[in-house]
Amino acid sequence: MATAAAQKTDHTAPYDGDGTAATAGYERAFDAAVAADERIEPRDWMPDAYRATLVRQIAQHAHSEIIGMQPEANWITRAPSLRRKAILMAKVQDEAGHGLYLYSAAETLGTGRDELLDKLHSGRQKYSSIFNYPTLTWADVGAIGWLVDGAAITNQVPLCRCSYGPYARAMVRICKEESFHQRQGYELLLALSRGTPEQHAMAQDAVDRWWWPSLMMFGPPDDESQHSAQSMAWKIKRHSNDELRQRFVDICVPQAESLGLTLPDPDLKWNEEQGHYDFGAIDWTEFWEVLKGNGPCNEQRITQRRRAHEEGAWVREAAAAYAAKHSETGATRA
Amino acid sequence: MTNTDWPLWEVFVRSRRGLSHTHAGSLHAPDAEFALRNARDLYTRRGEGVSIWVVPSSAITASSPDEKDPFFEPAADKPYRHPTFYEIPEGVKHL
Ligand SMILES: [Fe+2]
Ligand SMILES: [Fe+2]
Repeated sequence: MATAAAQKTDHTAPYDGDGTAATAGYERAFDAAVAADERIEPRDWMPDAYRATLVRQIAQHAHSEIIGMQPEANWITRAPSLRRKAILMAKVQDEAGHGLYLYSAAETLGTGRDELLDKLHSGRQKYSSIFNYPTLTWADVGAIGWLVDGAAITNQVPLCRCSYGPYARAMVRICKEESFHQRQGYELLLALSRGTPEQHAMAQDAVDRWWWPSLMMFGPPDDESQHSAQSMAWKIKRHSNDELRQRFVDICVPQAESLGLTLPDPDLKWNEEQGHYDFGAIDWTEFWEVLKGNGPCNEQRITQRRRAHEEGAWVREAAAAYAAKHSETGATRA
Repeated sequence: MTNTDWPLWEVFVRSRRGLSHTHAGSLHAPDAEFALRNARDLYTRRGEGVSIWVVPSSAITASSPDEKDPFFEPAADKPYRHPTFYEIPEGVKHL
């Protein structure tokens, strides 16, 4: 986008190449840096496909953070106590922050903020499918914290060592904050699980509904994952989808036992030989359907996002007008 | 009017007294005052700072990555600038 490019400051402007002879040398330097586990920084030369992959992944990640505010914000006004309400507000605010860290990281690759939001609003860029499921009861807030944030952490911890510096740094910050998200969810579910039979049933129902979608958060199985091999070679990704999914299952089973809740999978059992839990087949048709836009809340999430953006326009305009006026008077005084 | 019209700011946070400000990240804001407030909300939600600087990104002059090697080369062949360069007999104290 022309405006975004024109606005780029020199120190963040991406290197835009100057002929093939020079590029060959740059490419060697890039490969060597990745091989040596060094970080690639914004103004370094990088292959176009590396840049495009990062923009796609970081944008999708940023969009997920801000769309992810909706299902939980749904319960803020109905939180059962002031303590729970304050916690939930802090968590939802953190997710907004995560979105901002990630949009900033994407911008260092030369893609402007408004271009990214445009692509989200017009459906040209995606966000995680998990946020297209509804939060039907208060227990869903707990299940999201425990399972959805839990799966996100499993995915994100290795990203702290991603080869692209700004993305890795954003992930370090995010991972620090995520651990509160997961623990508050676990604590919330525990309180319900140990509560009245109705509360216990509500917690179990939430876990039953969120378990499988959470496993889908790791993406399609390794043999169907389009971008995985290249991303691993570039050290954007450090572990395969299936590896991370298995790690998550292994972590969750004992946690569910401590909660006094069950996971909705009859095939879940310890495999002594493998040293892992075996688990049942994932319904990938559901995953692809939700991704295509046919999940329970796809329409609602994107409509709400667009409305929030449009209704905030006057605030952005007023702030810009104020800033312009302020700098004028400042200029005449000077 | 969109967000792109808001300039980019770099945020530096002093985590506690006695330490220097460190680059925390960047954000968009219409002016310096908003940039400070946004930086507080974005980068110090858990008491990570006691002081914040915001600097328009456009005001930063950076060394060029293309010249990285020649630019920093002069330091590479001067090991005598490091204390480990010097051999001191064993047993000599406070040196
Ligand atoms: Fe997050
Ligand atoms: Fe989170």
